[in-house]
Amino acid sequence: MAKKINPHTKKAKRITPNKKHTRTFSGVGVNTCASLYTPKVMETFKNPHNYGKIKNADGIGKVGNIVCGDVMWLYIKVDKKDIIKNIKFETFGCVAAISTSSIITDLVKGKTIKEALKITKDDVIKSLGGLPKIKYHCSVLAVDALIEAVYDYFSKNKKEIPVDLKKKHEIIQKSKDIIEKKYEKWEK
Amino acid sequence: MKKIYLDYAATTPVDKRVVKAMEPFFSEKFGNTMSLHYFGQETKLALEQSRKTIADLINAEPNEIIFTASATESNNLAFKGIVFGNKSKGNHIIISSIEHSCIVESAKWLQSQGFKVTKLPVDKYGLVNPRDIEKAITKKTVLVSVMHASNEIGTVEPIAKIGEICRKKGIYFHTDASQSFGKIPIDVKKMNIDLLTASSHKMYGPKGVALLYIRNGVKIEPILHGGGQENGQRSSTVNIPAIVGFAKAVKICKKEMTKENKRLSKLRDKLIKSILKIKNSHLNGHPQKRLANNANFWFDFIEGESLVMHLDLKGIACSTGSACSSFKLEPSYVLLATGLKPHQAHGSLRVSLGRFTTEKEINQLIKVLPKIVKHIRQISPYGKEN
Repeated sequence: MAKKINPHTKKAKRITPNKKHTRTFSGVGVNTCASLYTPKVMETFKNPHNYGKIKNADGIGKVGNIVCGDVMWLYIKVDKKDIIKNIKFETFGCVAAISTSSIITDLVKGKTIKEALKITKDDVIKSLGGLPKIKYHCSVLAVDALIEAVYDYFSKNKKEIPVDLKKKHEIIQKSKDIIEKKYEKWEK
Repeated sequence: MKKIYLDYAATTPVDKRVVKAMEPFFSEKFGNTMSLHYFGQETKLALEQSRKTIADLINAEPNEIIFTASATESNNLAFKGIVFGNKSKGNHIIISSIEHSCIVESAKWLQSQGFKVTKLPVDKYGLVNPRDIEKAITKKTVLVSVMHASNEIGTVEPIAKIGEICRKKGIYFHTDASQSFGKIPIDVKKMNIDLLTASSHKMYGPKGVALLYIRNGVKIEPILHGGGQENGQRSSTVNIPAIVGFAKAVKICKKEMTKENKRLSKLRDKLIKSILKIKNSHLNGHPQKRLANNANFWFDFIEGESLVMHLDLKGIACSTGSACSSFKLEPSYVLLATGLKPHQAHGSLRVSLGRFTTEKEINQLIKVLPKIVKHIRQISPYGKEN
């Protein structure tokens, strides 16, 4: 059973503005909308790493839906030892979508497939120094794109697909279908 | 980096002349307008002078203006006040599909209370067709509400025509003039307006004060009950410094309106012409029938939050109707009503100019924006320029 918390007795967390996480304007001296995102998110958004296409990619993961406002494509190049040697992204989306795309390429590059698949949405959020809750789905999108890219690589090379990966792939496809159905009238 | 503010439709800075007019009303002339003594009568006088100044701008009688705390409050009062005050007349309201959310939500709430609401469509420019109103009116209609000018796309609605139709049929006509008040001429008598909302902070006055014009003879039920201020229609101690500031802001707008409109239209048209040179860019709203200070675009294969944040990083403040920038994660219903698809609405950018906008600032935006659009498309799977 979930622990019940009495809001009246619960010690309120003191909210003090974290200078590291806010941007100040000279003369104004208060947070602006940019404080919605951490400096790491903004930095990544401003100078994203590894964007573009990989020609002859070994695996491509395509997730998201343009009607919703986020589309992420992830390209991977894998060597004989199953190490992801190169990874690039193409993303249509908001600040959070672009920075999660960039950060997952940083997290994955040079890792083995096995290691890469262990990366979670929490790792993505942590690497960015946090994300607004309403943007958590962007971190999920990044992890999903990686799963799809690896799945694509396995199926293209007729490799045996681990049960766990297959399950995840099916869940991603299923939710994709649901979204596409929901937005059918807008698709053209 | 010098900051460039191009979001005047969201709010405006208070004009220094307005601040100066307000100053004595904080610590020197602070009396409660309901008090009989000198202090009270001093502020009472200022209140009534302000009311007269503001009424004159729209050719209303001073006793037809009541002050509220926000345009949202004025719109709520207009809606709830009219339907509850005229229950015997009917239970049907007509609004346009591009009204501000405070009208949409008020109408929705009234719907939950058993009232009937008709939402009229708009054309691709956001214009309401007065004939649609004529057709939608029933024997039970008590209120028609169509905004004067759109906060998002700047389109100016044919409210004089709508007013004429409503007056003929004996139905109350309300217009939300938050974006147009002080910017384009309004004559409540000539335009047959029964109720009108306007807000101070959209026209270089302070935040926290707005008004509702209620034509003499229109029956309205108050929402706030209490000491009977504002003719019994809105009890609350009146916010004297803000009201004095509002009146000063009106004076300045009235004096400078024609000249300012000319100046802003020129800047706006230069901006529109330059931005539309960007590949796959489009204008939202009507090309001519629009506010002098509003330009709204949409770009193919662009997500608006990214666009706004890139501009912000370059020191330029604008806004977007993209879902990703809203707390509901839904694209702007105003843009959808004009026929845009969600993915097109995601790529929208509103640039709103104002009193302190210079040509240099517009030039800077014209310089920076194409590069940002190109960069965003470069990252995206769609719309790359080779």
